[in-house]
Amino acid sequence: MADVLAFAEQRDGQLRGAARETVSAAATLAAELGGSAHALVLGGPDLGDLGELGGFGAASIQVGAHEALADYNPEAYAPVVAERIRAGDYVAVIFPASILGKDLAPRVAAHLDVPLATDVTGLEVADGELHVIRPMYAGKAFARVTLDATPALVSIRPNVFQPMEREADGAVEAFEPQVDAGALRIRVRERKGSSGDALDVAEATIIVSGGRGMKAPDNWHLLEDLRDAIGDGTALGASRAVVDAGWRPHAEQVGQTGKTVAPKLYVAVGISGAIQHLAGMRTSQTIVAINKDPDAPIFNVADYGIVADLFDVVPRLTEEVKKLRAES
Amino acid sequence: MCVKRVPDTETRIQIAEDKTRIDPSGVKFIVSPYDEFAVEAALRTVEEAEDGEVTVVSLGDDDAQETLRAALAMGADKGLLLQGEGSTDGLATAKALAAELEDSEAPLILLGVKAADDDQSQVGPMLGVLLDRATVTGVTAFRVEGDTVVCDREIEGGVEVVEVDLPAVLTVTKGTYEPRYASLKGIMAAKRKPLETKEAEAVEGRIRVQQLTYPPERGDGQIVGEGADAVPELVRLLREEANAL
Ligand SMILES: Cc1cc2nc3c(=O)[nH]c(=O)nc-3n(C[C@H](O)[C@H](O)[C@H](O)COP(=O)(O)OP(=O)(O)OC[C@H]3O[C@@H](n4cnc5c(N)ncnc54)[C@H](O)[C@@H]3O)c2cc1C
Ligand SMILES: Nc1ncnc2c1ncn2[C@@H]1O[C@H](COP(=O)(O)O)[C@@H](O)[C@H]1O
Repeated sequence: MADVLAFAEQRDGQLRGAARETVSAAATLAAELGGSAHALVLGGPDLGDLGELGGFGAASIQVGAHEALADYNPEAYAPVVAERIRAGDYVAVIFPASILGKDLAPRVAAHLDVPLATDVTGLEVADGELHVIRPMYAGKAFARVTLDATPALVSIRPNVFQPMEREADGAVEAFEPQVDAGALRIRVRERKGSSGDALDVAEATIIVSGGRGMKAPDNWHLLEDLRDAIGDGTALGASRAVVDAGWRPHAEQVGQTGKTVAPKLYVAVGISGAIQHLAGMRTSQTIVAINKDPDAPIFNVADYGIVADLFDVVPRLTEEVKKLRAES
Repeated sequence: MCVKRVPDTETRIQIAEDKTRIDPSGVKFIVSPYDEFAVEAALRTVEEAEDGEVTVVSLGDDDAQETLRAALAMGADKGLLLQGEGSTDGLATAKALAAELEDSEAPLILLGVKAADDDQSQVGPMLGVLLDRATVTGVTAFRVEGDTVVCDREIEGGVEVVEVDLPAVLTVTKGTYEPRYASLKGIMAAKRKPLETKEAEAVEGRIRVQQLTYPPERGDGQIVGEGADAVPELVRLLREEANAL
């Protein structure tokens, strides 16, 4: 068999964007291997519509619904996922390298006693063998690796594998997950902070990121205005300097000790481009740098740069983007 | 708690001749940054409890003694070097660590959320499964409450508060754990602290690095202009050339 299983992540009963990416990646891989792609969804009893996954190439959608699976709890999820993988016959299983996926996939790998490649940016088939491309040393090198075990477990970096529409059956197959809710040694007490729909910097398609050049936390409204003008899918990012200064939360930090991001567009505002910052964003598709210092290293990775005072440029940029949005 | 020796994050890495490893010559090695956060978290935990001790464990070659000494200089009590080969297969690493930690009575085992060389972010949760201990990843703050530990962990767009039963495995991220500097006194004291060395259980990694390459060069960027007047042109390029807006 050459089938591939994709873990399709949901939150609050709604599929997350990452689900389309894992299913699309699984479908592409399965097509190359001559098999089919399947999706696995775990959640509570009130799961929303999952049929859309068929439109991204899932031949079947295996759904395990249980009270104890409504919210992610690793001790409930990992054994169920491992069991589903055992019950099938897959050459590869694809997880998202989201926060949930990074927590879940290693546990599943340990349950199954197979190795895992994390935060993968490429999947290729050469001579019938799966080759996995993944960044190492914070993106200073890329490794092409093979996994000597079946199934091969991988988690894919968000925003790298584009969702691809591809018709497949998408037949929903419900199964009954075995969960002993009383035996869970981990209990979620609360989720706080921004609501579930707030976009994480690692998942955003566009990032507006600020550094020490912003001068003070009070100036962030400039970046918020730009984010709002660009619209849906845009999140704020930050350099470590401003996180350490307490101007911005750690969750926004991009770089070696922050998040690794790969958006369609990364706008670096008043960020010098230290090697540890570049580590987190250099695989972005398009990089814009706004910095008053023409020698700032950020210009070495930027596709487009403006050498100027950001306090002049950012409001103007917001204005021009608004104009553009009004036209289209 | 577990620490790993990794190249300094400032280092420009050079790929070795055989293209499956980096060339270690001239590279400065450090304690992996997330592991420093974990050391800090461990030290604060025993300080607050006014009880307990911190043992640091590293799997690696003899050079990893240096890494352990750095953690001892920060204030850890004991070091243990498991001599063996590191691997990008986190499961192999986790198994070697589990073989040592299986009988450990330590209520808490702390790791970094990811090692700054292979960036796998997997050894902690794998170790938790192998030891059959409750495990929480990406912890930014935690406190012990009776037989449980209450952890804050980062999730997309917020924070999750979870309660776990002890004994537990936690992987630590930055949060509030700004690592302390080793004082001169600490560095001197570290030389006298116990550092045991023993052979690690040999576990073969099953991830094979076929080839390492440098990241693709980014196409030659352009300076669109100097000053805010360049903005309309930037927006045009982003829309028409880069298809990014
Ligand atoms: C182990 C380790 C891990 C690290 N991890 C990270 C990480 O994850 N992420 C990270 O970002 N850093 C990280 N760093 C820190 C990194 O080395 C840099 O110190 C940091 O990225 C600098 O932040 P910055 O660019 O905001 O500040 P600076 O380097 O101070 O740069 C500010 C920039 O703003 C420009 N500027 C100032 N005023 C204006 C203006 N009015 N208009 C336009 N431009 C202006 C300046 O020309 C300058 O280029 C790490 C360091 C270490 C040692
Ligand atoms: N060779 C090692 N020795 C000790 N601890 C390690 C080793 N490799 C990984 N770890 C621990 O596991 C964490 C995650 O590593 P990784 O899964 O490789 O990204 C690190 O931050 C360390 O705490």
